[in-house]
Amino acid sequence: MEFVLLIFLPLVAALFVPLLYKRIKNIHTGWFVFVIPVILFIYYLRFIEMTMNGNVTTSTLSWIPSLDISFIAVIDGLSLLFSLLITGIGSLVVLYSIFYLDKKQEKLNNFYVYLLMFMTAMLGIVQSDHVISLYLFWELTSISSFLLIGYWFTRDRSRFGALKSMMITVFGGLMMLGGFVLLSIMGDSYSIRELIGNADSIIGHDYFTLALVLILLGAFTKSAQFPFYIWLPDAMEAPTPVSAYLHSATMVKAGLYLVARFTPLFAFSEVWVWLVTGIGLLTLFWGSFFAVKQTDLKAILAFSTVSQLGLIMSLLGASAVAYHVDGPDAIIFKVAAFAAIFHLINHAMFKGSLFMTAGIVDHETGTRDIRKLGGLMSIMPVSFTVAFIGSMSMAGLPPFSGFLSKELFLTSMLALRDFELFNFATWGILFPIIAWIASVFTFVYSFYFVFKTFAGKRKRQPLPKQPKEAPVGMLLSPVILATLVVGIFFIPNIVGKMFVKPAVVAMQFGLYNHPNEVAVHVSAWHGLTPELLMTLGIIAVGALLFLTMKRWQKLYEIQPQYLSLNALYDSLMIFGESGMNRLSRFYMTGLIRTYLIYMFAFIAAITTIMLFVQDAFVVDMDSFSALNAYGVMTAIILVLAVCMVLFAKTRLAAIIALGGVGYSVALFFVIYKAPDLALTQLVIETVSVALFLLAFKFLPTLKRHGESTAFRFGNFVIAAAVGVTMTLVALSAHSQKLIPSISEYYKETVFTEAAGGNIVNVILVDYRGFDTLFEIAVLAIAGIGVYGMIRLRLARKENSDENK
Amino acid sequence: MKTNDVILQTGTKVVFFIIFLFSIHIFFAGHFAPGGGFVGGLLTTAAIVLLLLAFDLKTVQKALPFNFMIVVAIGLLLALGTAAGSIIFNVPFFTHAFGDFYLPLFGESALHTAMIFDAGVYLVVVGSTITMIQTIGGDS
Repeated sequence: MEFVLLIFLPLVAALFVPLLYKRIKNIHTGWFVFVIPVILFIYYLRFIEMTMNGNVTTSTLSWIPSLDISFIAVIDGLSLLFSLLITGIGSLVVLYSIFYLDKKQEKLNNFYVYLLMFMTAMLGIVQSDHVISLYLFWELTSISSFLLIGYWFTRDRSRFGALKSMMITVFGGLMMLGGFVLLSIMGDSYSIRELIGNADSIIGHDYFTLALVLILLGAFTKSAQFPFYIWLPDAMEAPTPVSAYLHSATMVKAGLYLVARFTPLFAFSEVWVWLVTGIGLLTLFWGSFFAVKQTDLKAILAFSTVSQLGLIMSLLGASAVAYHVDGPDAIIFKVAAFAAIFHLINHAMFKGSLFMTAGIVDHETGTRDIRKLGGLMSIMPVSFTVAFIGSMSMAGLPPFSGFLSKELFLTSMLALRDFELFNFATWGILFPIIAWIASVFTFVYSFYFVFKTFAGKRKRQPLPKQPKEAPVGMLLSPVILATLVVGIFFIPNIVGKMFVKPAVVAMQFGLYNHPNEVAVHVSAWHGLTPELLMTLGIIAVGALLFLTMKRWQKLYEIQPQYLSLNALYDSLMIFGESGMNRLSRFYMTGLIRTYLIYMFAFIAAITTIMLFVQDAFVVDMDSFSALNAYGVMTAIILVLAVCMVLFAKTRLAAIIALGGVGYSVALFFVIYKAPDLALTQLVIETVSVALFLLAFKFLPTLKRHGESTAFRFGNFVIAAAVGVTMTLVALSAHSQKLIPSISEYYKETVFTEAAGGNIVNVILVDYRGFDTLFEIAVLAIAGIGVYGMIRLRLARKENSDENK
Repeated sequence: MKTNDVILQTGTKVVFFIIFLFSIHIFFAGHFAPGGGFVGGLLTTAAIVLLLLAFDLKTVQKALPFNFMIVVAIGLLLALGTAAGSIIFNVPFFTHAFGDFYLPLFGESALHTAMIFDAGVYLVVVGSTITMIQTIGGDS
């Protein structure tokens, strides 16, 4: 079977969700949805054996063959791991949501449609081999995530959070599209695998770094890296199953997937190593530091997600170093790749379970505010156990899976010290230090999360709801995840062999031939190494900090609200709205005079610039004909009449002067031997002056008349500029006739072909009668237009009179 | 105030026909000498404007009882018909035909379909300009 079609299975299923929701009222719609991810999960399990042998399988669905665009699904170690996470955790989340969301009160049809859309989008991202279809699914995750965050759309905060995440992730998505297009231009292919194959030709290209930065922007915005993490805490307004699924286990890992997928291509670049590792570590530190500040359970988890994603990101950056070193050094950076993937799995497990417990606490007590909670341990023992396991794993303590990945992480960071390329020798020492400090804070917030909620005494103030343990169905999913967290600690090498090593092979393409060559053996006890000592230090300092938390937590209040990144985002948004509004109001004055100034100024400027850039200004004296006295006299009359129009004090004088202009133009036509034009000009001038007089009889006097005419310098300059420009253009055009005139043909054939003597008239009615046909149509429209405007206005007046 | 403009009106009665005849002349001469439908039409308009100036709107409407918008329509129809007529004879749009014919009253005459087209132009020009002047003038 073509497994590319399976990507679309959830989307197709989503079509039937509203039907089931409306028709079958007794059964929670979630049960029907639950089947879909389970089927997919079981299906994808079958590929494990294949990827363990280092094989890759593809499946293609042609979409736009003429543009070489198609859906190509590739299953290798990396995409299989992600697909299993998406469908596996997807199943658990659907199961959890069945008990979390009420059948009667919630719009379940919306919820599951969005969720299934999201599932398709995520599967599409991780399996796509085609950059354009990857982008398509990428934006589909942004859209479905937007819909899911805004699920309770009557709440302001939901809408705000949805919009914020949309703005940031779509910004990144568009940047990424730019990067993809550049990549496909450089590599002459849309296929990611072919691009990686062509890496040699791409690396030297001018666009290489630009494409790298653009793609990283996409990955960083999606994976909530510094400074784009700000959308994630606001996305916590979504229902908890959504937070558990999208904002901890899957969507935020799309960016990590992207970085991992493109590592073989970009790893050769210094910029890549620095950016990915540096931003990752900064995010790790920043997220863990600010997680302790939060008072909302889900906000703590959001910041912790940000921080853990930073951790994985920095490991991905460190793993790129493997391409730069040889021999025994390289092995340690191959460990980094292993650690990244391994921690990714662990994080999906424990963060999913933690979100679910946070949801349970919220659901059963009615609040998520950690200041109101406390002493729930005895009431909710199962939830506490799950939260405890998750938190300890997050803090990196044995015997939980987080311990193993934390050790591997510290190993990689310590190894970066000795890396000598790209100035790492001088700055490298910072990496393990930052990692260590961040781990201490991770330890603190993990304890903060679990013990402030469950331990201690019950608070005096009664909770919004009488707390009780959650139903079994709701506990099922977190318990399964927590079991896996503990389980992975005891069988890390089996997990490594089945999932991590094939993924590492896909990620570090070209370094291995077979997954078994990834020489990493994870063990809980590997001797008294520096990283173990660091862990002990983390535990000691972290415990101390946790116990003295009340004393130093006030430090967070030092940072003023207006200096935060959120304030920056808000002011950007405000600038986008009102600032842009002010900007457009500044130049869109609504005055036609202003717009005419723009137009004429641009005409003058552009024409003059083009004249001189193209060196087109030529004056050829020979092409001028001789002046005659009549011409000079008429010109003087014309200029005088024009001046009179400009300086006339009354409208009547201006109209008469305009008539003078018209008649002197007619005189020009006479002098330059155009009898038809002269005739027409004379008569039309007469008729139009008569019309002017008729029309202007009813007009009020000009406002500026009577006063001293305001002399606008700007208007003068622009008018002069346009005049001069047009004169220059006319002179140049007259001086260089590039092709001979067609008029010889008319002279020869006017009698033989058209049986006429007046060339002008024959051109008008015969050679080019088409123009005349439409000119008279224009005249007819003008006449009917005048009639319509005046008569319809009258009719309306009469109607309004009747109403009186 | 009632003015006595009998000289203007009497003069107009004579001059109108001279201008009108001149406009017809200019119209027909168009193919060989300066002139044509456009100038001819405008001259006729000028003659009617003179009537309007000498008499009032209502009198002129009574003397020339046409709806000038229909004149516009007829003109457009003539022009378009002449242009489209050539299609019937399987020649391209806007192909004119001409030839010498013997007419009962005029004797040997050169006829040209361009003249029908020009007549269309003439009617449109007269019709629209008079419509404009009448509507603007009749608006109070």
